[in-house]
Amino acid sequence: MSGNMNLTLKVWRQKDVKTPGKMVTYPAKDISPDMSFLEMLDVVNEGLIHKGEDPIYFDHDCREGICGSCSLYINGRPHGPKQGITSCQLHMRSFYDGQTIIIEPWRAAAFPVVKDLATDRSAFDRIQHAGGFVSINTGGVPDANEIPIPKPIADEAFNSATCIQCGACVAACKNASAMLFVSAKVSQLALLPQGQPERYQRVQSMVAQMDEEGFGNCTNTAACEAECPKEIKLTNIARMNGDFFTAKFFKSDEVHA
Amino acid sequence: MSGSTQTLSTSIGKKLIMSLTGLFLCLFLIVHLSGNFQLFKDDSGLAFNDYSHFMTHFPPIKVVSYLLYLTIIGHSIYALILTIKNRKARPVNYAMAPKSPSIWSSRNMGILGSFLLLFIVIHMGNFWFSYHKDEWFKNHSGPKMPFKEYRTDLKTGKLVSAKQLPQGEYEYAKYVDVNAQQEITIAKDLQAQVIFSFSSPLYVLFYVIAMGSLSFHLLHGFQSSWQTMGMNHRKYKPIVNQIGIWLFAVIIPIGFAAMPIVYYFTKR
Ligand code: SF4
Ligand code: FES
Repeated sequence: MSGNMNLTLKVWRQKDVKTPGKMVTYPAKDISPDMSFLEMLDVVNEGLIHKGEDPIYFDHDCREGICGSCSLYINGRPHGPKQGITSCQLHMRSFYDGQTIIIEPWRAAAFPVVKDLATDRSAFDRIQHAGGFVSINTGGVPDANEIPIPKPIADEAFNSATCIQCGACVAACKNASAMLFVSAKVSQLALLPQGQPERYQRVQSMVAQMDEEGFGNCTNTAACEAECPKEIKLTNIARMNGDFFTAKFFKSDEVHA
Repeated sequence: MSGSTQTLSTSIGKKLIMSLTGLFLCLFLIVHLSGNFQLFKDDSGLAFNDYSHFMTHFPPIKVVSYLLYLTIIGHSIYALILTIKNRKARPVNYAMAPKSPSIWSSRNMGILGSFLLLFIVIHMGNFWFSYHKDEWFKNHSGPKMPFKEYRTDLKTGKLVSAKQLPQGEYEYAKYVDVNAQQEITIAKDLQAQVIFSFSSPLYVLFYVIAMGSLSFHLLHGFQSSWQTMGMNHRKYKPIVNQIGIWLFAVIIPIGFAAMPIVYYFTKR
């Protein structure tokens, strides 16, 4: 088929958490530019399976940019060379015939490699469990728009809420810091009326859990913002820090005696 | 109290220390630069030497200066602690050098800062220590920093004469010679040390490079400290950014770098 590409892949192969891994080179032949990046990996894996080799293990689920599973560090950038998309939304037309593509897992102490390109991102889940929720009583169905929320606030909260927990921010950060993720999760609730009762407790618990997981410290380089597939903004981090200091310095946890 | 120490040991708390110490140092730079502009006065160093005496002997300023030394040490130590933690957060590096877009200065704060620390040590050794050592070690054998006697006409306010005093024991003094209608100032001649230091082209080059590093350090550092403190206002954050660029990354480093350059070409 004309127009198809032949590529060289250099892929991180690692048997399990304990075994040290290494880069292995594979040819990727006759790849259509219309394939997605994950479909290209499927084709390569099919070849490996036919040869009786262990296929390249990578995380994926929705394949339409909404689940955040596909965590591939492609040619020095999380989710590859394009901005504002996930690895599964990346097409092979973003590469050229004969190109060498280096594929690595997210690198962070808090995200241990499970196998090949898949990392254990349950650290994010534990941060969410620490405070990324609102406690509400169920009951009758409330009216829509029962609580008035100004449009800019609703939009801002919605933007923060689009975070898909993919971890590209950690992967891109030179400090492997999770601040963009945590601040998005803190912000989406801190901005809305429903999030107010737990607002100052939440930010403290989530930051404490973040520190516990061994993520690095933010130096405001903004690499996370540039690589986030959902274009979560750095302003979330400032907002979270503001809430954190307010909670620590200006709010009391207990009633005055 | 235990609550606030807990706060400062969190990741964001440590960043707060970095930003507060950093901003205090920024504030100091403004004072330091405006004071040292007196080096450009054409008065044989009278104003500058007067000012140097005031800055080293007025008790409230002495207190602030010791606070300043502590701040420099604190800023460096916390930077080191945070850098070590950040290295640990990524034990295995990427095979392909990261290509994520970010501003160069933001990625190299540690290197820029280390160079600035080296600069501060050399700079303080050369001026601060030389200025104080004759008082601290009364009997040291090396040459002492000379004193200068200035005579100013009381009526016109003009400098009449400035002469270096022979080596010996002097103290800072300011008095009026009623007969001659002149004000006499005897002050340690720090300006002589400035002239001497900035006559060396290597030293001038070192200063200029250090001020280049300062510029890049503050280009990221000033706005970053406000971001850490939670400043994200749509209207005011851009103003902070502009101050960071123009005042701290352009005007202040150029102002400081002008001193060795102008002295090298005019006073040598
Ligand atoms: S902030 Fe962006 S990069 Fe980070 S986890 Fe959320 S969606 Fe992914
Ligand atoms: S597989 Fe779901 S976002 Fe890529």
